[in-house]
Amino acid sequence: MRRIRRAEEMIVERYPEEEIRCPTHLSIGQEAVAAGVCLALRPGDTAVSTHRCHAHYLAKGGDLRAMFAELYGRATGCCGGKGGSMHLTAPEVGMLGASAIVAGSIPLAVGCALAATLTGSDEVAVAFFGDAAAEQGVTHESLGLAALRRLPVLFVCENNLYATHSPLRARQVSEDIAPRAAAYRMPGVIVDGTDAVAVYRAARAAVARARKGGGPTLIEAKTYRWREHVGPNFDIALGYRSQAELSRWMERDPLEGVARRLLQAGVMEAAHRERIDAAVEAEVAQAVAFAKASPFPSAEQLCADVE
Amino acid sequence: MRQLKYREAIDEATRQAMAKDERIIVLGVGVDDAKGIFGTTRGAFERFGSARVFDTPLSEAALTGMCVGAGLRGLHPLLVHARNDFLLLTMDQIVNNAAKWRYMCGGKLRVPVTIRAIIGRGWGQAAQHSQSLQALFAHVPGLSVIMPATPADAKGLLMTALSTDGPVICLEHRWLYEKSGPVPEEPYQIPLGQAGLLREGSDVTIVAVSHMVLEAVQAAEALAADGIQAEIVDVRSLRPLDSATIVRSVAKTGRLVIADTGWKSFGVSAEIAARVGEELFGRLRAPIRRVALPEAPTPGSSALEQVYYPGPREIAAAARLCLEAAHPAALPERPAPARPRDFHGPF
Repeated sequence: MRRIRRAEEMIVERYPEEEIRCPTHLSIGQEAVAAGVCLALRPGDTAVSTHRCHAHYLAKGGDLRAMFAELYGRATGCCGGKGGSMHLTAPEVGMLGASAIVAGSIPLAVGCALAATLTGSDEVAVAFFGDAAAEQGVTHESLGLAALRRLPVLFVCENNLYATHSPLRARQVSEDIAPRAAAYRMPGVIVDGTDAVAVYRAARAAVARARKGGGPTLIEAKTYRWREHVGPNFDIALGYRSQAELSRWMERDPLEGVARRLLQAGVMEAAHRERIDAAVEAEVAQAVAFAKASPFPSAEQLCADVE
Repeated sequence: MRQLKYREAIDEATRQAMAKDERIIVLGVGVDDAKGIFGTTRGAFERFGSARVFDTPLSEAALTGMCVGAGLRGLHPLLVHARNDFLLLTMDQIVNNAAKWRYMCGGKLRVPVTIRAIIGRGWGQAAQHSQSLQALFAHVPGLSVIMPATPADAKGLLMTALSTDGPVICLEHRWLYEKSGPVPEEPYQIPLGQAGLLREGSDVTIVAVSHMVLEAVQAAEALAADGIQAEIVDVRSLRPLDSATIVRSVAKTGRLVIADTGWKSFGVSAEIAARVGEELFGRLRAPIRRVALPEAPTPGSSALEQVYYPGPREIAAAARLCLEAAHPAALPERPAPARPRDFHGPF
């Protein structure tokens, strides 16, 4: 979680330099969902994501240097500079990519699960998506397909209450998305998306169920993005959400929450946390330096990897 | 060589490809039912069973995405649609995902997915069951689009598609299904991007797509009776498009008629005309003529269907116009084309 947070804060710091020349959708405030879910997975399990995919990529084990190189559009990026922030991919750790079309990648996870089932593997597939995806037909088609064939899929909805600047209440009749799972006879679980432990427990149960052939689960994590929809800034001045609301969620900082519990339980000492922070700081700085020192893709790459 | 019907050739290609490659699965609405997509998938079901050939919900978009995901994880799904109009429900998955995933990942992943879909015509199919949508798909880098016109090509191109690591869309014209032709028994492949030279001639080139290839053959026979030798190029593969064969032929004849099953504007015929114009400006001996659908959706009434679809008569007229051998105004009123005996209702 610290890596995710610090990496995205680094994007905030570097973005005004205009060397990162792609839209970046930050997950600051939502880290517990990616971390909690991916901790319940094995490297061989697969995940797909959306335009807001940094956290999923990193939590799944994606290389930090390759991520920054991708943001900087370099040949050493995880997509060779062809994907940018919205399509982070690391097949070597099961991160199979991300679609920037809302709900677009959800059926891909169903396909990964189908492949696992047909080849006799016990791999599990995860689809990360946002609350607005629940408004699109392909989500429901995917839930139906996975349920019908009892496929090992975790549908993980990060309900952060907003689609760009449109609040959930203007888009959906219910504030909860998980109950829709009942229509497909699969468990629908609501978890506190600021609580990494709660997310992990829900994911662990769903993974165990899926691995045993019990079929898919829909997990709805209630969460909140601190920054604007796209870009490094805060956007309270736009008026679509209030400072009070943001402050309430910031008080529930997922990093502080998990750190407090670890400290209180005596699992982690303050010095240990400082060491983690220092290591992450160095790693992120090195990743940026690596990205900046890397070459851009050659012009010959323009039409490679097409057909 | 033995004769097979077009639909039998597809069935055989599917079975042979599946026998060779256990990654191939066949799915879609009705692929395992008694009719098995006009007899093209039932054989695979009987041979390989429900683990590899299975019916699906009518969730076209999710099915397509599921195939992309399964393709990323080592399978090669063959998704079948009884009408290509249903592909419009899947455009996001085809255009945004199937076509682009490999590119977006910097080549780390590939999407081996084959999508078969059928173009309807006649028997009142009307506007939403008859469209010829190849131009929509051929427009998109990352997709391959094939339109076999003969049983032999249907087998060879489909077997190629099923061995290719990228997404291939195979559009089949319903009226071709009962046509017979020589088809080798052993498995074989026809490369994508290789047009077929169906008939040699010196006076005019007819470049035809899918069912229009059959119409072009009839037109060429009519022209031959008047001493006009037409060369016929069967496009077979729209993307990649074999420009070289087309340009070589037109360079020889100096005249080009393009016959497409789709609409004219912004369509396949426009693309082919543009490429020939780019390559052969100054060497054309007549303006390029296009025979394609009128700018209207397909009407349901059989009376209107008869004037909607161009055929051999229009192709021959276009060729004559290129040769200035006749003026279309001099032609008598278009007679109703005969409904082919091998096509019956209700479907």
